[in-house]
Amino acid sequence: MDLSAINPVLLIASLMVAATPLLFAAIGELVVEKAGVLNLGVEGMMIIGAIAGFATAVETGSPLLGFVAAAGAGALLSVLFAILTQFAQANQVASGLSLTLFGLGLSALMGQSYVGVKPPQMEKLNIPVLSDLPVVGPILFGHDLMLYVAIALIAAVWAMIKFSRLGLVLRAVGENHDAAHALGYKVVRIRILAILFGGACAGLGGAYISLIRVPQWTEGMTAGIGWIALALVVFASWKPWRVLLGAYLFGGVTVVQLNLQAAGVAIPVEYLAMSPYLITILVLVILSADKSSAPAALGRNFHASR
Amino acid sequence: MIRLEKRPQPSKAWSLATPLVAVLATMLAGGLLFAILGKDPVEAIRTIFWEPLFGEFAFYYRPQLLVKGAPLVLIAIGLSLGFKAGIWNIGAEGQYIMGALFGAGVGLAFYPLEAWYIFPLMVIAGGFGGWLWASIPAYLKVRFGTNEILVSLMLVYVAEQFLASMSLGLMKNPEGFGFPGSRNLQQYESAYNADLIAGTGMHWGVVAALIAVIFAYVLLNRHMTGYHIRLTGEAPRAAKFAGVNPSRLILFCLGTSGILAGLAGLFEVSGPSGQVSIDFNVGYGFTAIIVAFLGRLHPVGILLAGGLMALTYIGGDIAQANLQLPSSAIQVFQGMLLFFLLAFDLLTNFRLSFGKPEVA
Repeated sequence: MDLSAINPVLLIASLMVAATPLLFAAIGELVVEKAGVLNLGVEGMMIIGAIAGFATAVETGSPLLGFVAAAGAGALLSVLFAILTQFAQANQVASGLSLTLFGLGLSALMGQSYVGVKPPQMEKLNIPVLSDLPVVGPILFGHDLMLYVAIALIAAVWAMIKFSRLGLVLRAVGENHDAAHALGYKVVRIRILAILFGGACAGLGGAYISLIRVPQWTEGMTAGIGWIALALVVFASWKPWRVLLGAYLFGGVTVVQLNLQAAGVAIPVEYLAMSPYLITILVLVILSADKSSAPAALGRNFHASR
Repeated sequence: MIRLEKRPQPSKAWSLATPLVAVLATMLAGGLLFAILGKDPVEAIRTIFWEPLFGEFAFYYRPQLLVKGAPLVLIAIGLSLGFKAGIWNIGAEGQYIMGALFGAGVGLAFYPLEAWYIFPLMVIAGGFGGWLWASIPAYLKVRFGTNEILVSLMLVYVAEQFLASMSLGLMKNPEGFGFPGSRNLQQYESAYNADLIAGTGMHWGVVAALIAVIFAYVLLNRHMTGYHIRLTGEAPRAAKFAGVNPSRLILFCLGTSGILAGLAGLFEVSGPSGQVSIDFNVGYGFTAIIVAFLGRLHPVGILLAGGLMALTYIGGDIAQANLQLPSSAIQVFQGMLLFFLLAFDLLTNFRLSFGKPEVA
């Protein structure tokens, strides 16, 4: 075992990369839950985004187009969820599960001919001088574009929820849909838009895994990241900046765990690989005492009846 | 204009009809999917639903129906209890794995001793393993209010890693020439869950599944606990006033579904599968969720739904061999079934009315 082989600067840089899929998926789900909808289909939308983005990037040679396609595919899948829960009044837990099961199957089907293919690489940002700085360079200025997009998205969602009228309406719908309806807001329409946004974000997160983090396509490659993203929203008590904190924490655990595997620590690989999931459970336990910040109408369906 | 009007009471007729309508819709949409994949849709649907039952080699496939259906029914019965009460155990796959590991572990520990009591001990250990794994989310929910959906699911990934560690380490066959995987329990008579009548597929897991169906039916219709489960699901506030203890209900529902999933894993690993290997689990724990919903969370319905789902597994295998239909296509097919079921369920609780809304 050789722990000195672990370079702290590279560790932090790779931690940010590992956390980005979580960031995308969790910030999307946060908006969905703020609107009072619990979409458990994040894993399914992510994996669909992963293959749609991968396939598009390989066919067109442009990773950026891949991300666009991934967002579209994630949103498209979330339309099914929107139809089930907003029009057919189906149970949100069951609908979300069906989305995940369906997405995993469909992605495997779509991805058959892409196993073992190498995707086009996304260029890393290269700012003269800044990117070459020691320590700060690789951590702050040496990443791909999408990583910064994810952080910008967090800031945008935070500002939207806190300062804009849209954010106020979104929260009203999530806290008490009957009151929001009585005030004349279109509850169903707002929820559908939130669900679509969540789907697009999950798609981006998936594509980040298949195009940048791994980069390769294998069946079921999201490996529970969608579920961890769901846990992350609880962890963050529905606050955008805490999503960032939580994602970097989980990213850190993942990266440290991988580094320990590579360094040949005496703990068997399987037990190290369990650690992100166990820590998710631990964090959920610690934070589940306080439920006051959850949107009050979370998981409840709305039907305008007279 | 089409509007929805909430029915004063869910429609009994539609409640029974929606699964059938959903299956038909899935056949249509599935046919379309197969056509897109360049396969003859009629031939594909016929291969999946007809060939295993009445085809040329049906004598071989019919026993498989029991082998594949039993774990699905066993797990789904357990899940349905919780689902009825709004307790969502979606980590049955993990409990299935842990049941198999505990049960197989006991069996392997006795090797090569031959004795009558080994298999019963394995069954107990299997149930215990599943119970233990399901009790973690149950306890955390009761004690800390932790979300059982996320915890039970996280534990699936933990169980999968544990399975990998066991089949590469502790339980690895010492005479296996270094290949991963345990000894084959099919060759160890005291631990082998063989067909009770040779060639019928009727092993102890099938018996257990049938017992579970009867047990669940009696529980839900004739027992106080079953009444509490239904009450909590339909009117949580009323249940609280009636003195239902939610903690006990959570421990009971999750614990029971864990035991049943663990048993399913044990019967599988000691019978049809035979050995502990990295990928011996094939996702029954997740498919069972579809089975539970398709069966309307009703024991008899689940029995029928389990049979149907087993049929799609076997038919899917045949279609894979004969028509080169990709194996994931059948997974999509099963996922679609749940979609259509949830969508058509609208008709159970709502009435469609046409025309302009009247002014009240």
